[in-house]
Amino acid sequence: MTYALRSFEYWAYSYRRVWRGSVVTSIVGPILYLTALGVGLGKLVNRGPGVGVPYLDFVAPGILAATAMQLATFESSYPVMAAIRWTRQFHAMLATPLRSRDLLIGHQLYVAARLAVVSAIYLVVLAGFGALHSPWAILAWPAAVLVGLAHSAPVSAFSAWLQREEGFNGLFRFVVMPMFLFSGTFFPVTRLPHGAREIAYATPLWNGVDLMRHLTLGTASLWPSLAHVAYLLLWVAGGLTLAARTYRRRLVT
Amino acid sequence: MSDAALIHARGLSKRFGELTAVDGIDFDIEKGEAFGFLGPNGAGKSSTMRMIGCVSPPSGGTLRILGLDPVRNGPEIRARLGVVPQQDTLDTELTVRENVIIYGRYFGLSRKECKVRADQLLDFVQLSERAKDRVEPLSGGMKRRLTIARSLVNEPEVLLLDEPTTGLDPQARHVVWAQLFRLKQQGVTLVLTTHYMDEAEQLCDRLVVMDRGGIAEEGSPLELIQRLSSRDVVELRFAHDPPPVDEQVFDGRVSRVEVLPDRVLLYTDDGDALVPVAHERLHPQSVLVRRSTLEDVFLRLTGRTLVD
Repeated sequence: MTYALRSFEYWAYSYRRVWRGSVVTSIVGPILYLTALGVGLGKLVNRGPGVGVPYLDFVAPGILAATAMQLATFESSYPVMAAIRWTRQFHAMLATPLRSRDLLIGHQLYVAARLAVVSAIYLVVLAGFGALHSPWAILAWPAAVLVGLAHSAPVSAFSAWLQREEGFNGLFRFVVMPMFLFSGTFFPVTRLPHGAREIAYATPLWNGVDLMRHLTLGTASLWPSLAHVAYLLLWVAGGLTLAARTYRRRLVT
Repeated sequence: MSDAALIHARGLSKRFGELTAVDGIDFDIEKGEAFGFLGPNGAGKSSTMRMIGCVSPPSGGTLRILGLDPVRNGPEIRARLGVVPQQDTLDTELTVRENVIIYGRYFGLSRKECKVRADQLLDFVQLSERAKDRVEPLSGGMKRRLTIARSLVNEPEVLLLDEPTTGLDPQARHVVWAQLFRLKQQGVTLVLTTHYMDEAEQLCDRLVVMDRGGIAEEGSPLELIQRLSSRDVVELRFAHDPPPVDEQVFDGRVSRVEVLPDRVLLYTDDGDALVPVAHERLHPQSVLVRRSTLEDVFLRLTGRTLVD
C-alpha cells in the first residue's frame, strides 16, 4: 500500500498545476445544471404528469451520479494512456520499487480523491438549492465516490489494453453518452421500452442514481440500498481485477 | 568469481511469441566496472537491459542481480538500481527539479531528502540554473542529463544506461561521457548498451559484442581489437566499383580484406608502409590509414557494420 501511495503522490503533484480551474469548474458546473434542468426545465415538468417529486429534487442526485461517472471515466482514460505512452510516467515508476499493481491502485486512489472533492462541493451546492431532504443524504457523498470507482476501474482496464487513442471516441460516444442520458438521470427508466429498460438496470450508473436518489429524498430502505452498493462494489472489484491484468500485460513485457 | 558477480546470467533468454530477442546468453558483471553491450539495433541489447532492470521477466535461463532473483525480488533490486532508459520518461509539464523530487519519492525518500538530493544532482549535471524551468523546452542533451540526475536520486549501486547518448550532438555526448566517467570513478557500476564504438571504447572496461540475440565475443575494448583485428586499417575509396582484391596481392602484409559497398578495408600491422603499394596496385581515388577500432572487431565477427 505504501508503494501505491507513492504513485498516488505523482498524480496529486501533477494536479497542483490545474487545481484552480478544476475547482471553479466543480462549483460552476452543478450550479448551471441545477439552474437549467432543476429550476428551468423543472417548471415545465412539474406542470405536467411529473415524476412524483419536484423535478429539481429528482434530477439533482441523478446529475451528481452522472457527474461522478463522467469525471471518473475521463480520469481513467486519456491520463492512463498518457502515463503509458506519452509522458511514459508509468515506465518511470516501474524503474523504481513500484510494481504495476501499485501504479493501478495509486491512480485509482487519486481518482477517488478527485471524486470525493468534486462530489462534496456538489452536495453543498445541492443543499443550497434545497434538494436534500434527509440526513441520510450525507451518505450520497461516499456513494458518489463508489459510483465513480465502479466506472473508473473497468475504464482503466480498457485504457491499458487500448492500442490507439481513437478507441476512446467509441467509449465516450457509445457507452458514456447513452449511459449519461438513459440511466435514470433525467427521467425514470420505467419510461424506457422493454429491452432498453433492462440494459439500464444493469448499468452501474443506474444503480448509483437510484441509490443516491433515495438517499437525498429520504426514501432509502436498507436492503435495496445494500444491493446497489454490492452491485457497484462488484464493478469495482471486477474492473480492478481486469485492470491488474491489462496493466501488467502492457507494462511488464 | 561468478558467485560474487553483481549481475550474473547463464543461458538468459527472452522470447516475444515467435521472436527470440535474446538467445541464451552468459555474462558476469563485477562490482565497480563499466560493462557494455555493444551491437547494432535489434541485437537484443535493450531486451537484456529490461531484464536486468526487472521490468521484463526472462523467458529462460538464470539471472541474478545483486544476488537476488529479479522475478521474486523486483522491488528490492530496483531500489538499488538507477535506470536511464533509451526513451525519456520525464514529465515535461513538471519542472526540472520537480522531476527529480517526485522520482525520489517513488523510492520512499522523505520530501526533505528529495529536495536536498535534487539540488546536489542538478548541480552535478550542470542543470541548477534550469531547476525551476519546465522540462518541455530543454534540449535533448539537457533532458538526458536530467534523466541521469534523476536515476541517481536513490544513490544506486548499479546504473543501467540504455543507449545513453543516442540522438545527441557530439558536444552533448562528451558532456554526458564526462559525467558517467566521474560516476565510475566514484565506484558506481555502469552497465550500458550502445551501438557507438567510440562510446564503448570511451566508457567500457569490458564489453560483450551482441549480434542477433547472442554474444559473439567478450573482452576489454583493447583486448578485443588486439585479438580480433590488426593494428592498422587502410581504407581505400574508388571512383567506380572497386576492383577484385585479395590478401595475396600484398605478399602477406595484409591479414584480411573487407569489401564494403563504399570502400575496401585492408587490415595490416603497418598501414603507412602499405599505402604506396595500395596506390600502385589498386589505383584508389583516396587512401586513409587509421587504427583498428571496435567497428572492425564487429565487422570481423558479424560481417556487418554497426551503424547502418
